[in-house]
Amino acid sequence: MNLTLFKGGEPLVKRTIFFFLLSICFSPVIYKLLPDPIHTSSMALKLYGIPMSTCTARVLACTYEKNIEVQLVPVTLAAGEHKQPSFLAKNPFGVIPVLEDGDLTLFESRAITAYLSKKYKEQGEDLLRLKGGNLKEEAMVGLWLEVESQQYSPAITPILYEHFFAPRRGKIPNQKVIEDGLVKFEKVLDVYESRLSQSKYLAGDFYSLADLHHLSFTLYLMRSPWASLISSRPHVNAWWECISSRPASQKVIQGMTPAEK
Amino acid sequence: MEASKNTMVVKVIGPPYASCSRRVLACLIEKEVEFEIIPIDILKGEQKSPEFLKLQPFGVVPVIQDGDYTLYESRAIMRYYSEKYKSQGTDLLGKTLEEKGLVEQWLETEGQNYHPPIYNLILHLLFHPKLGFPVDDKIVKESEEKLEKVLDIYEERLSKSKYLAGEFFSLADLSHLPFTHYLVHDIGRAYLIRNRKHVSAWWDDITSRESWKKVLQL
Repeated sequence: MNLTLFKGGEPLVKRTIFFFLLSICFSPVIYKLLPDPIHTSSMALKLYGIPMSTCTARVLACTYEKNIEVQLVPVTLAAGEHKQPSFLAKNPFGVIPVLEDGDLTLFESRAITAYLSKKYKEQGEDLLRLKGGNLKEEAMVGLWLEVESQQYSPAITPILYEHFFAPRRGKIPNQKVIEDGLVKFEKVLDVYESRLSQSKYLAGDFYSLADLHHLSFTLYLMRSPWASLISSRPHVNAWWECISSRPASQKVIQGMTPAEK
Repeated sequence: MEASKNTMVVKVIGPPYASCSRRVLACLIEKEVEFEIIPIDILKGEQKSPEFLKLQPFGVVPVIQDGDYTLYESRAIMRYYSEKYKSQGTDLLGKTLEEKGLVEQWLETEGQNYHPPIYNLILHLLFHPKLGFPVDDKIVKESEEKLEKVLDIYEERLSKSKYLAGEFFSLADLSHLPFTHYLVHDIGRAYLIRNRKHVSAWWDDITSRESWKKVLQL
């Protein structure tokens, strides 16, 4: 550095010149230290959960579709980690998943996928139809997101719980709950069959977050004695084949498949 | 259902006393959007008529018609109008991505954790007696226990934050209004709210809004 520039100059001028020269000298270093707006900021994302969990899988599917890197932090459910004070501080409802993005902590898988789809709208699949500025398409996605949340999942979960999870807790599956659940669920699927006979995907002729949200629970259904509820409905079946064969979906399915011993 | 002659306003199809319709109506009032209610008789099962099922295949209210555009699911309707009219009326979605994330988190909490037990309580304690259906005491007891646990979490949250998503009223708070109104006024469970200081203060605040007072008069 030419220190003679500093002699006799105004203090403000001196400081300006000093920092200008400093920035030139260190510019390659500074460039490397500057955060890459997509890569480094997404490296700060932490997702607390496990790939086998349906709700964690929902979020992972979104990250795979949008090429978002997250650090998956496993939570030991068997040891009750999700009910410990340190986890309850993140999600007072004591369930996975939880997303940490810098100072922001978010729970509820559907809120997390909505947040990620908005924050990273410019990359990967446009799951909420935000790039085209078509509010009506966005609203159709919103409608079928709510249908999954309020009609499909409440109908399917009691059946899956009784069949897959009750035995693990030493309980005998409640056949009445399963039978009543199947009646209700079939009515919902009939609406889906009708919808998907008019439209390739739920919200329109484009894959969206609404389709994605169905992946993990429907995968369990396909592994249950009631897979024919899907396969017997030609349009629902075609839709399932289509959405489950996507590379991102295949990755999720792999994560939800126990390793063979 | 009679066709309305006024095509300029949003038609909200469903009776004004229906909880999910009230969600939408409160939102439209907050957003200063003109609407017209097209009442249908859900006690007579008009929502299961073929005509209605063409609009809403699940046979529940409300549905909106906005010109030739149809939308259902009350939370989807609220999100649509909050976004469409984001520059008028109350901002119900949050301004930054982070605020929007928190609004979604608490709106999902309402939909996934609060709604199921409170719906069961209202169904069994308010609607079943009126319709001559039996009241399942086991469901009532379990639902009340579940709702209490959720309200404990709300109490903790609202001790740190004026509203659920932060220091601003949002869709997350609004979504709680209709069913909680029935809880407090019609099934003798006001204590669930009143026994929790911060939940109680929050409830008084959100029910004092002009939009909610207007909805109750419709």
